[in-house]
Amino acid sequence: MNSPIDTKKDYQEYVNQKSPNSPIWKNCLNAFWVGGLICSIGQIIFSFCMYRGLDETASSTVVSILLIALSAFLTGLNIFNKIGKIAGAGSLIPITGFANSIVAPAMEYKSEGYVMGVGAKMFTVAGPVLVYGISTAIVVGLVYLIFNTQAVLV
Amino acid sequence: MQKLGKQTIKFDTPPTILETACIAGPKEADGPLAKYFDQCLEDEMWGEKSWEKAESKIVKETVNTLISKSSIPSEKIEYCFAGDLLNQCISSSFGLRELNVPFYGIFGACSTFVEGLQLASVFVEGGINYAICSASSHFCSSERQFRFPLELGNQRPPTSQWTVTAAGAAMLSKSGPGPYITHITTGKIVDMGIKDANNMGAAMAPAAFDTLMTHFSDTGRKPTYYDAILTGDLGFIGRDILIDLAQTAGYNIKSVYNDCGVLIFDKSTQDTHSGGSRMWMLCKCFFRLSF
Repeated sequence: MNSPIDTKKDYQEYVNQKSPNSPIWKNCLNAFWVGGLICSIGQIIFSFCMYRGLDETASSTVVSILLIALSAFLTGLNIFNKIGKIAGAGSLIPITGFANSIVAPAMEYKSEGYVMGVGAKMFTVAGPVLVYGISTAIVVGLVYLIFNTQAVLV
Repeated sequence: MQKLGKQTIKFDTPPTILETACIAGPKEADGPLAKYFDQCLEDEMWGEKSWEKAESKIVKETVNTLISKSSIPSEKIEYCFAGDLLNQCISSSFGLRELNVPFYGIFGACSTFVEGLQLASVFVEGGINYAICSASSHFCSSERQFRFPLELGNQRPPTSQWTVTAAGAAMLSKSGPGPYITHITTGKIVDMGIKDANNMGAAMAPAAFDTLMTHFSDTGRKPTYYDAILTGDLGFIGRDILIDLAQTAGYNIKSVYNDCGVLIFDKSTQDTHSGGSRMWMLCKCFFRLSF
C-alpha cells in the first residue's frame, strides 16, 4: 500500500477524498428560499411605497434603508448570524449581508475604543468589496464613456 | 538526561506531574468531559469587559486553582511556561503578572501546552524543584484574532473546528508519586502543502504522524506498549488521517489512539463540525502517557 504522504499532490488528493464536502444541495435550497424571502420583503415594501404615491427612485431608496436597518438591528440582537449560518449566500448577497458585514466588526471591536476599534476596524470585512466594487465601477464607467459617444455629448 | 535516536530525550529522574487544574467555558461544560474540569463558566465573558480580559482571568484563576490544589506556595515555584493564541501572548502575561515567578512566554499554537511541558521537564531534570506550565484559548478571542467577527453571518465548512474556551495548567516537580514524563519527542515542522485554513486537521496530521513514527523508532516501542496515545486537536478528519497514515507505515494505533479535539465536544449535539481545537486538554489526558 502506497503512503499518501509521498508527495504533496498525493496528500492533497487523499485529503480531498477524506474530507466531507459541504452539503451543497441543502445549502443551495436554503440560500434560495431565504434569499427569495428577503427579496420578496423588499418587493412588498417597494410596492407599498409606490401605492402610497412615492416615485420609483424614492421607493427603491426606502427599500434599501429599511432592509439595511433591519439587518443591522438583527445583527445587534445576535440573530443575523444564525440566519446566515442556515442561508449562507442567501442572506449574504442581498444588501442585508453588506449591512451585517459592517455592523458585525463595529460591534466586535467596540472594546478597543471608538477610534482605533470601531472606526478603524469597521470596514475590515466590507473593505475589499468597496475597494474592488468602486474600482470596477470606475473602469466600467470609463469604458462606457469611451465607447458611447452619446454619453459624452449629453 | 540522555538522547535517544534522532529527536527523543530520556530523563534520568523523570519529572512528576504533581497536580493539574483546568477551567473551561460553557460549551465545554456541556460536553462529555465536563466532570473533569475544576470549574465551568456560566458565560464566556466572566464579568470582564472584553474576551481577552476574560481569557486572562481564566489563566489567572486556573493557575491559582493549581497552586491551591497542590499546596505548593507560589514562592517555591521557580519557573513558569505559559502561552496562548493571542498577539504577544497577552492572556498569559496579563493573567500571570501577579504571580511573581520567572516567566517564559511560549507560542506553539496548538502545541503550546506540550511545548511548555517539554521545556519545563528539561528544566526540572536540570535541577529545579517546581515549574508550572499553562496554556489557554478562548473561542471568541481567537475567532476575532484569526477569523471573522462573531456576529458576521457566514457559514463554517464541515472540516472546520471549534476553538475551545479554557485554560489548563500543570505543576511539574522533581520528585513525586507520578505520573512521570519519562521521554519527550519533539516534532519537526512538516508541511504537506494544505492551504485550506478550514481544514487544520489535515494540515497537522502529517506532522503528528512524523513525530509518532520518530517516537516509536527512537524508543523501539510499539503502539501496544501504551495505554493511550493522544493528540491535541486533529479533530475527526485529522484523527482518521493519522490512523490511516500509521496503518500504511505498518502500525495499528486504532485501539489505543484518540484525539482530544474529538473527545471534548459531542459532535452530534454541539455543532462543532470537525471537533475542538487546541492542545490544552492534554493536561487532563496526559496521565498514563509517557510520550
